[in-house]
Amino acid sequence: MYSKDGEQYYVVDAHIALWDARPENQRNIHGKQFIDCFYDYHRNLSPESETWGYEEYLYQGGERLMRDVFVDGIVDHAVFQPARLAEFYHRGFGQTEEAFALAQAHPDKLTYNHYWDPRDGENGLEKLRENAERMQLTGVKLYTADWHGESRGWKLTDPMAYRYFEVCRELGIRNIHIHKGPTIRPLDRDAFDVADVDHVATDFTDLNFVVEHVGLPRLEDFCWIATQEPNVYGGLAVAMPFIHTRPRYFAQIMGELLYWIGEDRILFSSDYALWTPKWLVERFVDFQIPEDMTEYAPITTAQRKKVLGLNAARLYDLQVPEHLRLPEADETQTGPRDPAAADLATV
Amino acid sequence: MTAVLTDRAAVSEREVRAALGTVVDPELDEPITDLGFVRSVAVAGSGDGVHVEVHLRLPTSFCAPNFAWLMVSDASDAVSAVPGVGRVVVELDDHHDSELINRGLAAGLGYRGTFGHEAEESLDELRATFTRKAHTAAMERAVTALLRLDPAVDVAALTLGDLPAGEPTTEALLRRRAAVGLPLDPGAPVLVEADGTRPTHDAAAHFLRRARSVRISVDGNAHFCRGLLTTRYPGSEADQTPRPEDRPLIPLEVRS
Repeated sequence: MYSKDGEQYYVVDAHIALWDARPENQRNIHGKQFIDCFYDYHRNLSPESETWGYEEYLYQGGERLMRDVFVDGIVDHAVFQPARLAEFYHRGFGQTEEAFALAQAHPDKLTYNHYWDPRDGENGLEKLRENAERMQLTGVKLYTADWHGESRGWKLTDPMAYRYFEVCRELGIRNIHIHKGPTIRPLDRDAFDVADVDHVATDFTDLNFVVEHVGLPRLEDFCWIATQEPNVYGGLAVAMPFIHTRPRYFAQIMGELLYWIGEDRILFSSDYALWTPKWLVERFVDFQIPEDMTEYAPITTAQRKKVLGLNAARLYDLQVPEHLRLPEADETQTGPRDPAAADLATV
Repeated sequence: MTAVLTDRAAVSEREVRAALGTVVDPELDEPITDLGFVRSVAVAGSGDGVHVEVHLRLPTSFCAPNFAWLMVSDASDAVSAVPGVGRVVVELDDHHDSELINRGLAAGLGYRGTFGHEAEESLDELRATFTRKAHTAAMERAVTALLRLDPAVDVAALTLGDLPAGEPTTEALLRRRAAVGLPLDPGAPVLVEADGTRPTHDAAAHFLRRARSVRISVDGNAHFCRGLLTTRYPGSEADQTPRPEDRPLIPLEVRS
C-alpha cells in the first residue's frame, strides 16, 4: 500500500523476475550479451541513487528480492514473469524452483507464472499440465524471440502454439503475458510486430493477453491492435523508467495508452530486477502530463490507482480492501476510449 | 577513429563518411553517421589499391539482426560506389550476429544466403514498411505544427499549399512524400497514406491520432537508441549529431 496526500494506492508489480546471469550460469557469449544489454538499460534509465553495480545486477536471490520489491510495504503483490533462455544459460535465466518456492512461502505477496514454448511439442504440453497442477498456474509468460536449437523465434499463430492456448483455456491459465523480441522467423518481417496478438486475442476471447513493454519499440502497432480487442492489455515493464530520464516521452506513452486502450487495461510493472518498484511508484503517483501537451487530458488519481494495482488485481483475483476499489470506467469495449480528451476532438 | 591516408590517396575519409551519410537506420529514420553508429573509417593505399575498412556499432548486442543486415549491406554498397575505392570491408562489431553477418557480407552471400532458413524473401517489404512510417511521422509533425498555431484548422481539407513554405517540418514532409512517390503540388492533400489512400472527413481526426502514435514511436525509439549507444560506448556522444530540426515538436528532454 502506498499513501500520499491522503490517497491510498493498492500496488501490484505485474512483472518481476528472479534471474541468475552469473558467469558460471552463462552457457556462451550470448548469456553475457543478454545481461549486459539489460544492465545498459538499467544504467541508462535509472536515477543515480537507484543504479546498481554490475556484480549485484547479475543475481539477487530470494531474500534480497523480497527486500527490494516489498520495501516500505509499498508493493502489495508481485507476479513472476520468467524467461527461459535455455540457449544462453545452463540453468535458464529465470530461476524456476527458487522463485516458485518463494511464491509458496509468501502466497499473499507473490504469484508465480511459468512459461511454455510450442517448440517443445507434445512433451511440452504434458509438462505444461504437470506444471499447472504443481504450481497452480493462472498465468504464463511467453517470449517469442527465445532461441531453441536452430530456431530463433516463433509466432503466437503457429499451429502448435494454438494447442498450448487450448490447454491454457482448459486449465484456467487465463493471463497470457507476451514479450516480443528481436529475432523471429522469417527475419524479413518486423519481429516486434504484434499482429499475431491480434489473431490469438480474437480466437481466444476468454484469455487475457498482456503485451509487455506495451509493444515497445512498436507502441503504435500495439495501440492499434489493442484498441480493437477488448481482451488485450498493456504491461508497462521497461516503459515505466522513462518517467525519470524522458518524462515527456513517458507522458506521450501514457497519453496514447489512455486514448487507445483506456484506464482499465494498463498494468504497472518495475520489471525487477531491471529496476526496483519503490521509486517508480513514488514518481508515478506524482506524475502529470506536462501542461503544454494539450493533446492529452491530465491523468487523474483514479487512473493512477487503476494502473498501479487495481487492473492487475482484477486479472489475478487479488483481494483488494473494499475501500480501495474503484469501478471500471464506462468506456467503449473497442476503439479509442477517450476521444473527447484529445486536441482533435473538434476537428 | 583512425584514418590512414597516404600522399597519393585519391579517396579521402571525408568522401567515405559522406557516402555513409546516405545510409539510414530505417526504424529511426536518421543517417547512421548522425546516430554515432559508425565506429571507425580507415582508408589505405592508393590508385587501384585503395582499401576502405569501416566498422559499425549498434546500441545493443540484441538490436534486430534484419535491421543490422540492412545497415551493414547498405554501408558496403554506399562505400563501394565512391569513385576510386577498391576493396571494401564493412564489419558490424559486438552484435549477437556479428560473425554471421560479417562472414555473409564478406562472401557476398546476400541476405538470404547469410541467414539461410531464417529468411524467406527479401528485406524490401520491411524497408518499405519503415519508409511508409517515416512519411506518416513527417505528415503528423507538419499537421500538428499547424494545429498548435491554429487549433481550429480543418485538417481534413489541408493541402500542401496550406503548409508554411520553407519550414523544416514542411520540407521534411515533401522529402518523405517524394520517397514514397506521392504528389508534391500545392493542391495535393496532406492527410494521406503512402499509397495515396485518404481518410474521409469524419475519420480525419482518428487518422491523425494514429499517425501521432507512429511519430511518438519513431521519436521515442530514436532518443532511447541514441542514449543506449552512449551508455554502451562511453564517448560516442561526440560522434552523434542532434536530431534534425525538422522534428522540433515536443522535444524529448533527457535527464541523467
